[in-house]
Amino acid sequence: MTNTIELTVNGVPYPVSIATDRNLSGVLRNEIGLTGTKEGCDDCECGACMVLLDGQPINACSYLAVQAQGREITTVEGLASGEDMHPLQRNILATGGVQCGFCTPGMLMSAHALLERSPDPTLEEIKIGLSGNLCRCTGYARILDAVEATAVEINS
Amino acid sequence: MTFTIANTLADVLAALAAGARPIAGGTDLVVGARQGKDSLPETLIAIDRVGELRTIEAADDHTRIGSGVTHSMLVSDPLIVEQFTAIADAAALVGSPATRNVGTIGGNVMNGSPAMDTGAPLVVLGAEAELSTTAGSRRVSLDELWVSPGRTSAQTDELCTALVLPNPPDGAGSAYVRLEYRRAMEIAVVGAAAAVTLDGDVITAVRIALTAVAPTILELADLSGLSGRAVDESFFAAVASAASEQAAPISDLRASDRYRRHTIGVMARRATEAAVRRAQGEVIDVPVNRALGVGAAS
Repeated sequence: MTNTIELTVNGVPYPVSIATDRNLSGVLRNEIGLTGTKEGCDDCECGACMVLLDGQPINACSYLAVQAQGREITTVEGLASGEDMHPLQRNILATGGVQCGFCTPGMLMSAHALLERSPDPTLEEIKIGLSGNLCRCTGYARILDAVEATAVEINS
Repeated sequence: MTFTIANTLADVLAALAAGARPIAGGTDLVVGARQGKDSLPETLIAIDRVGELRTIEAADDHTRIGSGVTHSMLVSDPLIVEQFTAIADAAALVGSPATRNVGTIGGNVMNGSPAMDTGAPLVVLGAEAELSTTAGSRRVSLDELWVSPGRTSAQTDELCTALVLPNPPDGAGSAYVRLEYRRAMEIAVVGAAAAVTLDGDVITAVRIALTAVAPTILELADLSGLSGRAVDESFFAAVASAASEQAAPISDLRASDRYRRHTIGVMARRATEAAVRRAQGEVIDVPVNRALGVGAAS
């Protein structure tokens, strides 16, 4: 059955007509055209599809799109303000926390949710906050550096 | 395939009576469907916005955890962390922050996996499941609820609405410890929960339950001989051997049966040691795995 619903993504309402079994990441990418959210494992393991639902990170690959109606969805496209990058985006580039870049949108969303909830996290808290996101390039150290640098920036 | 979002418990129970299946966070249901294990049910009712299911209520003699309470809510609830600590230890280990944000305790219990993390803590803390239909509610012991891997004794029109636990007595402490190969998105290789009550240095009550070593969560039998004993090395050694002897593990890609039988003794001992320390008033941060460096190295 096709559900005609509205999804609110980065503050913008998008009407979509989708089958019940469609996952949120697929609808974001194909119907809504926001391809920043990546499809990695499609099995809730890698975190490349991480988006925020009412501010909390979820794996969009394994979340039914119809279940997200009425909630605020935030994707990586919602981080920047116009041409100005979000501090996390600026810092992850500055520290060299981006190599192939495939994990980056998911990392940014997990880090963003963490800093919104806990603006001055310990290194351990950052590691737990990013524990659902895999990166096969960087070895993580520079990604952690970027989150720490952003926390310092926010708190100064 | 139809999908409805419920706002009240009455709506959910009416939908189940008409044949719908419930979905909360979907962390088992949707992942399973995408892996091709089971297709999604024909009629789904989303229960994650039903406020009545998402509360933790303390009464004089018991505490009621709504089935829609997420793992994240459990870990950040002071009552759960202080009084039902083993549940918080377990909830903090489930999946990743994304899993914990939408995965619920009711979903964990009703999915019926022998590797579920919150199951053994609920057993040792004496939890009963509240099952509801449009006609009313009943409470069942978890032993009665879990039939075999992935199967419960609940009827299809019954929703698990809460887990109901007696409030622990003074001098009680609990802990859950899990053997794991990595620190996130992990499933228990084996795990153990312990709840103990102390009167000074003497054990007055002890319950231990094991994860992923039997077709369902396994509570250790015949522990009454351990009550009345002092907390000493022989007590912990007895716990470890009882766990290894009573476990009925299988070999699979995660571990061999022999490895599970050995390590479950180690985990049961560690959980009991942590529960004793908490019963003595020591604060060990949740989860024990991280506080004591059990499990995967950082």
